[in-house]
Amino acid sequence: MDVFGSFALILAFVCAVYAFAGGIGAIVTRHPLLVKSTRQAGIATCCLIFLATFSLEYLFFSDNFANAYVVSHSNRDLSTFYKIAALWSGQEGSLLFWSFLLSVYVFSVLITYRNKNGELMPYVGVVMAGVQIFFLTLNNFVASPFKALAVPGANGAMNLVARADGNGLTPLLQYPEMVIHPPNLYAGYTGFTIPFAFALGALLARYPGEKWIHLTRKWTMIAWMFQSMGILLGAHWAYAVLGWGGYWGWDPVENASLLPWLTGTAFLHSVMMQEKRGMMKVWNVWLVFCTFALCILGTLLTRSGVVSSVHAFAQSSIGTWFVSFLAIILVVCLGAYLKNRDYLKSENQLDAIVSRESSFLFNNLMLLVACVAVLSGTLFPVFSEWFTGNRISVGAPFFNKVNIPIGLLLLFLTGVGPLLAWRKTSTESLKRNFGWPLAMGIIGGALAFALGFREFYSLVCLILCVFVASTISMEFYRGAKVIRTRSGASLFTSVVDLTMRNTRRYGGYIVHMGMVLVFIGLAGAAFNRDTQKEMQLGSTMQIGPYTLVLQSVDSRPERNYTAQRMIIEVMRDNKPIMMLYPEKRRFVTTVENGTMVAIYSTLKEDLYVVFAGQSPDTQLPVIHAYLNPLVKWIWLGGAVVVLGTLVALLPNRRAVLVLAGAQEPSTATQTLQPGRLTPSVITREGHD
Amino acid sequence: MKKQLKFGIGIGVIVVSMGFLGWLGYGESKTYYHTIAELQTLQGRALKQRMRAGGTVAPNSIRRYTGRVDFVLEGEGKSIPVTYIGSDPLPDTFVDKAQALVEGSLGGDGRFVAEHVQAKCASKYEAAPGGTGGAAGGEIKRSGT
Repeated sequence: MDVFGSFALILAFVCAVYAFAGGIGAIVTRHPLLVKSTRQAGIATCCLIFLATFSLEYLFFSDNFANAYVVSHSNRDLSTFYKIAALWSGQEGSLLFWSFLLSVYVFSVLITYRNKNGELMPYVGVVMAGVQIFFLTLNNFVASPFKALAVPGANGAMNLVARADGNGLTPLLQYPEMVIHPPNLYAGYTGFTIPFAFALGALLARYPGEKWIHLTRKWTMIAWMFQSMGILLGAHWAYAVLGWGGYWGWDPVENASLLPWLTGTAFLHSVMMQEKRGMMKVWNVWLVFCTFALCILGTLLTRSGVVSSVHAFAQSSIGTWFVSFLAIILVVCLGAYLKNRDYLKSENQLDAIVSRESSFLFNNLMLLVACVAVLSGTLFPVFSEWFTGNRISVGAPFFNKVNIPIGLLLLFLTGVGPLLAWRKTSTESLKRNFGWPLAMGIIGGALAFALGFREFYSLVCLILCVFVASTISMEFYRGAKVIRTRSGASLFTSVVDLTMRNTRRYGGYIVHMGMVLVFIGLAGAAFNRDTQKEMQLGSTMQIGPYTLVLQSVDSRPERNYTAQRMIIEVMRDNKPIMMLYPEKRRFVTTVENGTMVAIYSTLKEDLYVVFAGQSPDTQLPVIHAYLNPLVKWIWLGGAVVVLGTLVALLPNRRAVLVLAGAQEPSTATQTLQPGRLTPSVITREGHD
Repeated sequence: MKKQLKFGIGIGVIVVSMGFLGWLGYGESKTYYHTIAELQTLQGRALKQRMRAGGTVAPNSIRRYTGRVDFVLEGEGKSIPVTYIGSDPLPDTFVDKAQALVEGSLGGDGRFVAEHVQAKCASKYEAAPGGTGGAAGGEIKRSGT
């Protein structure tokens, strides 16, 4: 099966080269047969990559320990669940997985648009094939996962061997989220290839109008949703597995995943400026280019150790390939832009500082500043060594100092922006839309202050969260009230009806509400506390309102590891509320330890308990307990963000009339009563 | 006032403010990376810097005491004694022969006083880093952040 996989990858490479070169030929000659054959070559490339990936999974499931990659990342006792995850647990498999997910997108695009957008698709196909060629080059010639296991013989030649069992999967990865976190993150990274291909293709083809934006909107949202889920699942994995009580440490690899999310978020907002006012065309194209480049940079940082090398961890030659690919991307994008920049002329200018346009402008500015700050902080060791000879890194204080105020300003804009009118907003409109939410925010802040919420940024965050949640709720309420008056349906039914009439707008509001929940969770971090204690059986430990009682410590052998487990009773107000079982695991094959944190999670706070080993002096077990307020809100917020994105991806139940060049926001009342609109209305697929 | 000027001022204020905050954060958190060999040649103000050093944990050198862990870090033929005084438990990957990155400062007696330790298990070392590509960072574990 390893020969089959290798052959499939080689054939995929050949097909991708044909799709690329033949695609250029098709663009030049416009020959229909060439157009069709290159599209089919693109589809064949994807199918062959699917086959190669499945064959590697087959090697894992059949315990084929003649394959070097399987030996390094699996063993016979590894559960089926983790044999799936073993695919992306190392360099070679991760790169194949990149190709696999990219192929899912490319395949879907080629099938979806096979008889549409004939002028544009050959360009898009060439760009997608170009990206596939790069990754297939790595899969075939640099980091093949199908290498047979070999050892040097007496004569110096390599002899093929097979092992009885493998080394096993590293314990840190033997956690359920490790099975879903990397696919989500990779689906985000790879997904941004599609808007990139359409943006570059449209620029090269001088494709008229904003159609490429309409075509890519859903693909961009899908990629953004996966990237968001990947980041949050990674944060949750770090929280639940690493046992340090936190979920975000500004680690270079964490930062790498955040960068394209920031520019992707900026793009999702700024495209509305282009759709509605024909503005920011250059900006949008470059945002897509940068987002894709940051995806490649993220993969480079993760895979090459270019920043980790400063931490004295392993370096890899694969970085050179990624840097070269990044250089090619930037040269091609710059060349395409310089050649066709007249195609991107803006049709309008900003009219007023208090307007929807300016809120988008400042939203983009904040996201870009955050991106530059995170990028510069992450690459600071590399640049400082280049320029000064000293390797200097910056830590959490740098990232927090810049990004906390940016986050709060973005939160403010989340509440304000959607309710500002295009072009200019009147004072009356400001009072009508923001009077109540502002009052609610101030009341919420006063209550929080009275309850002891005194840390400055956290208090501001909470006030803004109440303010934004109120503006969003009011928007839903106003629209639903109109429907309710007409139909007599319940308020809930009216809200659902309203949402389904304009999924993009109201789905977007749900995403914003999800972000509010995430921010509430982040605000709690200022009040984290922890304590550590040696525990005898029956002894107690107090943290916040909780009393932990150590009932016993036992040891239980499992299939792949032996777990030493603390059995802890959690009491509150002298009443038992639950049992917690933090573990230390000793893995058999890797002879490594793993920690399983026990968490009692409520909306108010997380009680987070770690089995911190044994005291060197007394040999007594040690508990390290954390009390982390509001953390659950972050994961809930993530779920709401995903829900909102899914809603925004749905088609509208019916077309919505939007007033072209309206002076005031296109409120629900206006959109639902088209008869009141002026004759200059245009029908759009309801967007905000 | 011209609207372009208003936007320019708004953008300028934001960028300058963030730049200033970034500069403050840089001053607060900048950490110099040194090899173990370099640590032993530092002089003057350089001795007071916050720094990081990477190396391999010397076999049988880990001594656990209440409130601190002592070990020896080796690299490039040199070694340095390290005392970890951080409050967080050391990562599970912190074992003999593990690659470790320590962050802290040099004590007066030539001992490195570490507040944070990251470790990567030697058995999982490969020419190219393994890991998952996940947001939480491959096989590296941290103690405190």
